[in-house]
Amino acid sequence: MDLSSINPILLIAAMIAAATPILLAAIGELVVERAGVLNLGVEGMMITGAVCGFIIAVNTGSPTVGFLAAAVGGAVLSLLFAFLTQVALANQVASGLALTLFGLGLSSLMGQSYVGIKPPRAEATPLGPLADIPVIGPIIFGHDLMVYLGLGIVAGTWAVLKFTRMGLILRAVGENHDAAHALGYKVKRIRTLAILFGGACAGLGGAYISLIRVPQWTEGMTAGVGWIALALVVFASWKPWRVLLGAYLFGGITQLQLNLQGAGVAIPVEYLAMSPYIVTIIVLVILSADKSRAPGSLGRTFHASG
Amino acid sequence: MIRIEARPQPSAVMAYATPVLAVVLTMIFGGALFAALGKDPLQAIATIFWEPIFGEFAFFYRPQLLIKGAPLVLIAIGLALGFRAGIWNIGAEGQYIVGAICGAGVGLAFYPTESVLIFPLMVLAGALGGWAWAMIPAVLKVRFGTNEILVSLMLVYVAEQLLASMSLGLLKNPEGFGFPGSRNLQQYPSAHNAEIIAGTGMHWGVVAALIAVIFAYVLLTWHRLGFAIRVTGEAPRAAKFGGVNPGRLVLFCLGTSGLLAGLAGMFEVAGPAGQISIDFNVGYGFTAIIVAFLGRLNPLGIVAAGLLMALTYIGGDIAQSQLGLPAAAIQVFQGMLLFFLLALDLLTNYCVRFGRAEVA
Repeated sequence: MDLSSINPILLIAAMIAAATPILLAAIGELVVERAGVLNLGVEGMMITGAVCGFIIAVNTGSPTVGFLAAAVGGAVLSLLFAFLTQVALANQVASGLALTLFGLGLSSLMGQSYVGIKPPRAEATPLGPLADIPVIGPIIFGHDLMVYLGLGIVAGTWAVLKFTRMGLILRAVGENHDAAHALGYKVKRIRTLAILFGGACAGLGGAYISLIRVPQWTEGMTAGVGWIALALVVFASWKPWRVLLGAYLFGGITQLQLNLQGAGVAIPVEYLAMSPYIVTIIVLVILSADKSRAPGSLGRTFHASG
Repeated sequence: MIRIEARPQPSAVMAYATPVLAVVLTMIFGGALFAALGKDPLQAIATIFWEPIFGEFAFFYRPQLLIKGAPLVLIAIGLALGFRAGIWNIGAEGQYIVGAICGAGVGLAFYPTESVLIFPLMVLAGALGGWAWAMIPAVLKVRFGTNEILVSLMLVYVAEQLLASMSLGLLKNPEGFGFPGSRNLQQYPSAHNAEIIAGTGMHWGVVAALIAVIFAYVLLTWHRLGFAIRVTGEAPRAAKFGGVNPGRLVLFCLGTSGLLAGLAGMFEVAGPAGQISIDFNVGYGFTAIIVAFLGRLNPLGIVAAGLLMALTYIGGDIAQSQLGLPAAAIQVFQGMLLFFLLALDLLTNYCVRFGRAEVA
């Protein structure tokens, strides 16, 4: 065992990168849940985003176009969920599961001829001399654009939910859809838009894994990150900044166990690989005592005539 | 203008018609998918649904129907009990793995002793393993109110790592020349879940599945507990006032589904699969969710749905080798089926009317 082989500065920088896919998926799901919809299809949308982004990035040679495609791919898949739950009034839990099962199949079908290919590299953000500052430079300023975009989306979501009329309407729809409907808001339309946003964010998160974190395409490569993102929303009590905190915590554990595997710690690899999932369960247990923050209409189907 | 109106009572006709309709729609859209992949859609559909039962080599494929159908039915029966009560165990894959590890572990512990007691002991261990794995989300839900969906799913990933650890470490075949994987239980008569009637695919897992179906049917139709499950699913508040203890129901539903999933895993590892290996699990625990819904959460429906799903697995394998249809295409096909089922369920509980909307 050689713990000195772990460079703490690089470790923290890698933790931030590891947190980004979880962060993107979780903030999208947070908006969906604040609108009163429980979409369990995050894993399916992420993996679809991962494969869409990968295919487009390889074919166009541009990671940026790849990320755009990933967002579109995730959103299109989420449209299926929106149709099932908002138009066909299907059970949200079952529909979300269906989305995940379908997305996993679809992605491995789409990605079969892309296994083993290297995607074009995403450049680090050109922040010039800032990245050369010792210690702080590589930790804060040495990342690719998606890391900053993720932070931007969190800040934006927080501001929109807290300060704007749009955010207020969204929250009203999530807290009490009958009251929102009575006030004349289009409950289904607002929820559909929230679902699309969630899909796009999950798609971006997936593409971050396939284009930057790994970077290559393998079947089922999201490996439960979508489910961890779902747990994170509960952990965060549906608050954007706490999603950020949670994502860094989970990203940190994921990265730390990878580094420990690399350093050859005496714990078997399989048990280290379990740790992010077990920690998720433990955190869920600690935090599930307080359910008061959950949106009032979460998971309930809305039908105007009923 | 299309309006959707709630029916006062769910339509009985539609309850039977929608699964059939969903299968037909899946065939049409699945055919389109196969055509998009450059395969002849009619031939692909025929290969999947016709070849295994009536084709030239049907004698070889028909037993597979029971072998693949048994674990699906066994798991789906347990899941359906919970789903009816609004208790979502989606980690059956993990319980299936742990059941297999425990069952195989007990069998291997006795190697090479021969005794008639070994197999029953393995069955017991498999059931207990699956039950215990499902009790984790159950107890956490009852004690702390933790979401059982997330916990049971997280435990699938933990179980997969445990499986990898077991096939590389504790249960690894000492005479396996360093290859990962346990001893083959098919070559250990006392632990082998052999066919009861040779050449039919009928092994003890099939028997267990049939017993589970009858048990679930009796429970839901005549027993008080089955009534409690149904009421809790349809009107949780009414159930509470009626004296149903929700905590006990969670423990029962999750426990039973875990037990059945564990059994399925144990019968699989001792029979068709033969050994604990890293890629032992093939997703039965997730496909069983589709089976449960396709069977309308009804025990008898689940039998039909399980056989149909087994057919798509077998037919998919044939289509893969004969037509070069990718394995993932079958997974998409199965996913589509669940989509159409959920979408068409609208017709059971609501009626769609055409005409101008009335002004309220």
